[in-house]
Amino acid sequence: MNRSGPKHAMFSDLASVSARHAGLMKDSPRTRALVVTVVVLLTGLALFALLRLEFSLGRIGTGLAQLAHFISLMFPPSPGTQLSAFLTALGETVAIAFLGTLFAAICSFPIAFLASRNVMPVRVVQFMTRRFSDTIRGVDTLIWALIWINVVGLGPFAGVLAILTSDIGSFIKLFSEAVEAIDNKPREGVIASGGSDLHGVCFGIVPQVLPVLISQVLYYFESNTRSATIIGIVGAGGIGLHLAEMIRTYEWDQVSFIILMILITVAVIDLVSSRLRTAIIGKRTAAI
Amino acid sequence: MASALFRLPDHQVDVLLAPYAAAARIRRMSTLLGVAALAVAIVLAGLMSEIKPANFLQNLHKFPDYIGRIFFLDDGRLVFADFGEWYWGLGKWLAKLGDTLLIAYLGTLMGAIGGFLLCFAASNNLTTSKTARFISRRFLEFFRTVPELVFALLFVVAFGLGPLPGVLAIFIHTMGALGKLFSEVVENIDMKTVDGALASGASRWQVIRFAVVPQILTNFISYALLRFEINVRGASVMGFVGAGGIGQDLIEAIRKYYYSDVSAILLLIIGCVMVIDVLTERIRHGLLSMERAT
Repeated sequence: MNRSGPKHAMFSDLASVSARHAGLMKDSPRTRALVVTVVVLLTGLALFALLRLEFSLGRIGTGLAQLAHFISLMFPPSPGTQLSAFLTALGETVAIAFLGTLFAAICSFPIAFLASRNVMPVRVVQFMTRRFSDTIRGVDTLIWALIWINVVGLGPFAGVLAILTSDIGSFIKLFSEAVEAIDNKPREGVIASGGSDLHGVCFGIVPQVLPVLISQVLYYFESNTRSATIIGIVGAGGIGLHLAEMIRTYEWDQVSFIILMILITVAVIDLVSSRLRTAIIGKRTAAI
Repeated sequence: MASALFRLPDHQVDVLLAPYAAAARIRRMSTLLGVAALAVAIVLAGLMSEIKPANFLQNLHKFPDYIGRIFFLDDGRLVFADFGEWYWGLGKWLAKLGDTLLIAYLGTLMGAIGGFLLCFAASNNLTTSKTARFISRRFLEFFRTVPELVFALLFVVAFGLGPLPGVLAIFIHTMGALGKLFSEVVENIDMKTVDGALASGASRWQVIRFAVVPQILTNFISYALLRFEINVRGASVMGFVGAGGIGQDLIEAIRKYYYSDVSAILLLIIGCVMVIDVLTERIRHGLLSMERAT
């Protein structure tokens, strides 16, 4: 009871406090109207989407029951008789991600300079290179996989090429952004002491951006391992083929085993790549 | 005013240079070792993924051929010659594209709400219970590590074909990805306002509403918009496994060699993704400048 005294006194003053700081206590009518409009629009769009995409409680209910049944069949996870096939496919997946990321990095490194405003003096080339990378990025890895299957046939090689193609788009964007964010003084110094423009890029820019690029490539390696697990669904090699097959044939214990394998692999690669990152660029936070 | 550089005698310079040379040698050795390891990894991975350079070079011309081929109609004319023929299914495809956007939108919205609800339990400055934190973090990790297409495959079997499993797959994956990002934002807030709210007797809900949310809202919205961008791309391939959207038409066109349809649908997707990119970037910049203004 002894605490209620001052507290009560504080709140008795509330009316005069809010009168003095009206701006802080209440949003302006304009802000409020804006918030209400945005919320109403978002909710309206969501309701429209629910109707248009044929959501129904009945379907969700039966689906959830089915899902619960499947999950109960997933335990304990078991490889069945195909452990060695799964392991090979998993190795294939990691190999696809590794080669795709590496080659994409190598290919996009020189192109990225063409897309950087501070290196490329011809604006048209800079603009076109950027749009080129945007176009490539607009197409999902899985679509690239389908296209490459038409070229090199089914198999992991199509997967490598798919990851390579879609990553070139991302790397050109990321690399050129890194190049545009550099400190220009080392480059000016190189050119002032008699270096050519190319020297300026090699000795003034590359040493600055290399750590950032390497950490981005390592980060992409990890995320590509995840994408590589699914390109098998369309036939481009890796564990995805087995996964899709097991799901379609209702072998739930093997499905959970494969998912477990993927989780462990991704965790291991995450660990390895963060170790490598600190080993190569030292202890500092990556600029991603 | 001696202007000539003072140079130590050679035997003294050698002594001083020796540790530098040793350090440089060690560095060079470790670089060489790294390169060798990389080379071994490349060869192994190349064997693993059945790369045949000769076969590749032999078939490489098919890639530009294919890209060129999709820009020709069946009667051999360039697609641009007859727009009506090229985009014969425009109405159908636009409807499917709209569905794709709605799938991405609904999945992102539900995922953002789910991530918002879970992020407070997963952040170490607002949750003192270690078990709650551990469980919510493992859940988020699981949701974002399993690719959304795998969830889609599972859900297609459980819920039946159509956009519903696609939305749910994007929802689950987005919840995992955004939950982690959100909880990192929450861990970086200024705790003084939280202390202030707690000191004046606020409940947990009031602390979050009045001390935490105002600090994080713009960041959350910005991340959610970024995720929406990613999800539009993701939703465009949901149809590959029967989970709705334009992917269904695209995979059919590719598999059945309807060349001009492939280019028509691809350009629709690319254009749509670009427009969404530009729009979300505008909104995010607007949000950031709004935050700076206040």
